[in-house]
Amino acid sequence: MSDRKVLTFVLMDAPFESARTSTALRLIQTALDRGHAVNVFAYEGAVALAFAQQKAHANAVHGCNAQEENHPLPSTWIAELIATAAAAGTRLDWVNCGLCVDERGVNEAVAGVRRGSPVDLWTMAQASDNVLVIATR
Amino acid sequence: MKVLHVVETAYRATLEEQDDTVLWLLQVLRVAGAELAVLLQGSAVSYILRTQDASGLAFGGWHQTRPPNMATQLAALIHDGVPVYAVEEDITDRGIRESRCIGGIRPLTRARVVELFDGFDQVWQW
Repeated sequence: MSDRKVLTFVLMDAPFESARTSTALRLIQTALDRGHAVNVFAYEGAVALAFAQQKAHANAVHGCNAQEENHPLPSTWIAELIATAAAAGTRLDWVNCGLCVDERGVNEAVAGVRRGSPVDLWTMAQASDNVLVIATR
Repeated sequence: MKVLHVVETAYRATLEEQDDTVLWLLQVLRVAGAELAVLLQGSAVSYILRTQDASGLAFGGWHQTRPPNMATQLAALIHDGVPVYAVEEDITDRGIRESRCIGGIRPLTRARVVELFDGFDQVWQW
């Protein structure tokens, strides 16, 4: 039996709201680093995680300009994770719930993120070794 | 693959979404062929109350004409053969009387939740 697994994550939290998201992305990073294939179904506010129009900003309280501040953007993290997967010879299939995208007007995602539906979640879950739901609280 | 969906957080943007988004998702998954059951616990046990009324939301000249109704969503799942369980202690704690609930709910004590888990391939905690 192969040590390489297929793992599906379901995310719900919007960006810049909860540490659950960065924790989830760190788990995904670890899985990819170990060569596992990862699926993500982004539901509700999580569809904005990959929104390509996120903008880094300066921080006057920190006394930093935008470059010095190096403000984190979840969309950048996701693009990096997709690149990590390719470099590791595996894949990160990130699916945004299309209706959730439309509700929020965040239909411009970073490269490698695709639009789908809950049916994609069920398809991915059936083909996975396990599923982890990280829901909004 | 049999999946038990544990719904614990209630009323997540239900006015905006016009439903509970997890129950909505489960309705789609069931149509897609998923074999599933629902366990309500914590604040989500309130969904079994048939006397909820979320109508009347208005902002200026805008009025919500199709408010959410989670009891109806649950009843639809039950009608389609989806087992819906609810933790008895959480029902009691909230003073929810059986006479005000939809039919078909399967109450179980918290002590029996683990036993319920054993009957499923996966448990998804929402």
